[in-house]
Amino acid sequence: MRLKKNNIMTILLLIFFIIVSLIILLPLILLFVSSLRPGSDLMRYGLNLNIDWSEVNLNTYKLLFSGQNPYFIWYKNSLVITVVQVALALFLSACVGYGFAMYDFKFKNTLFICVLLVMMVPPEIILLPLYRLTIKMNLIDSMWGIILPYIVVPMLIFFFRQYLSGIPKEFLDAARVDGCTEYGIFYRVMVPLMKPSFAAMGIYQGMQSWNNFLWPMIVMRSASKITLPVGLQSLLSPYGNNYDILIAGSCFAIIPILILFVLFQSYFIDGMTAGGVKG
Amino acid sequence: MKKNIIKRFLYSQKVAPYVFILPFILTFIIFFAYPMVSTVVMSFQKVSGGNSQFIGLHNYKTLWNPIFIKSLKNSAFYTIVTCALMIPIPLVLAAMLNSKFMKKKTLFRSVMFIPALTSVVVAGTIFRLMFGELEGSFMNQVIGSFGLDPIVWLRRPTTVWIALFLLCLWRWTGVNMMYFLSGLQQIPKELYESAEIDGANKIKVFRYITLPQIKPTTIYVLTISIFGGLAMFTESYILFNGNKSPNNVGTTVVGYLYRMGWEQNNIGLASAIGLVLLFIVMVVNVIQLIINGTFKKGEN
Repeated sequence: MRLKKNNIMTILLLIFFIIVSLIILLPLILLFVSSLRPGSDLMRYGLNLNIDWSEVNLNTYKLLFSGQNPYFIWYKNSLVITVVQVALALFLSACVGYGFAMYDFKFKNTLFICVLLVMMVPPEIILLPLYRLTIKMNLIDSMWGIILPYIVVPMLIFFFRQYLSGIPKEFLDAARVDGCTEYGIFYRVMVPLMKPSFAAMGIYQGMQSWNNFLWPMIVMRSASKITLPVGLQSLLSPYGNNYDILIAGSCFAIIPILILFVLFQSYFIDGMTAGGVKG
Repeated sequence: MKKNIIKRFLYSQKVAPYVFILPFILTFIIFFAYPMVSTVVMSFQKVSGGNSQFIGLHNYKTLWNPIFIKSLKNSAFYTIVTCALMIPIPLVLAAMLNSKFMKKKTLFRSVMFIPALTSVVVAGTIFRLMFGELEGSFMNQVIGSFGLDPIVWLRRPTTVWIALFLLCLWRWTGVNMMYFLSGLQQIPKELYESAEIDGANKIKVFRYITLPQIKPTTIYVLTISIFGGLAMFTESYILFNGNKSPNNVGTTVVGYLYRMGWEQNNIGLASAIGLVLLFIVMVVNVIQLIINGTFKKGEN
């Protein structure tokens, strides 16, 4: 009797979560279904699930890959910026986090409060002076204008410091006795130990850089240099003349991330929910 | 010889930490402290081209206008309602998913996380089209199935808010649920077992064990929701295809800052807006620290 009641609970919960999942996936299903129809349909009939399966085709994707539009230039721009920013941010933030976790030095606490301060202040507040600074530094319309201001990420520092604080300092002394220099210890001993945290933080930073919109929109001016989100937004004109590329392009912006997510789920979830209460 | 001394200096255990921290010190000064100071200075100035002159509190006085007050109200309203939605809903979902009767937990967890992978631009585009004014737009079809006439969703205040809240709910429910899930899993099992022995019912267990135990998670989610809410701009920018909602129904504080700073080149005023926002954020921070602090005292 008791067992039966539990089974009913399980079934009710499953039904509930299937419904919730369908609602959650609905906007993406709408996007995908629309990508199989011409963009002009969207303009005439709106975004919906009505679809004539006999007329389904991949024309929008053919157009996307035809090379007659800047979509893949934006894609490449975003990819380059993401890779460079992730690599630099991981390396530099790991150095800083390591310095905070493993050494005692003057002004350590004051400096760490500065890290927390940057984390607390919404970046939008200093966007305008940052923009003026970027102009002065001649970095407008350059990838470095997007990357440099956010090259050391407080969130990553915080995470790496937290992660390293679990490693006993005797490790360092042993390495010193073996004749390792201070930087050798970091490079040869610590970096290999930090690998799992690099994966999670790489995904965190990668998602930030790949999806970033406001700052890249402000910094980039030439049509050939803008990033994917900025380019997609520029297609969202009220006339709908570019909806083929907009919809197929939006799908194609999500698909690679979705594949990565399926392959590395736990890293994604760890990375994107980092800074939770564990910290 | 000289090179050797420099090398010995750089490699000493006293200097090494500063070398490690140096990237932060440099970026902090150049890309945080300097812009911060310059915002404060510019907020008291009239900035035009290369020369700027002090005008005292004039910018702050100009700021006291109906549109800015409306944008403040919009941001505050957005923040309050998103907090009211983004804590209970993910919490209940997490508790249900964490139930011992639930099967396939990992699958559902992952599905609900998917929206967080989309960029604001893609998510905003889909929602803009879903809430389109055409009769065939998805949301109009939905209300049509209840016999209601099509609505011009993104022109009326109430329906604009519905679109904004649903967009927020869609993107962040999965992430917040994940925070609560990890919070729930850290609650010691013994607490539930002893409650079961005492014969407490489900609702009482949730009220007297679960809720107090996940208070740190709740405070964290609340904090990030408040900060995210106060700084909201891009969602509205995409939904209205630019910083131009009809009658400013979707203009937020950051939206107004963007309008002044970039679209109208009123740099002094934009700086003042930034400082007002900073002030609000700092007040929220202090309140949060007080709550956190008293919480810790109570625990000891």
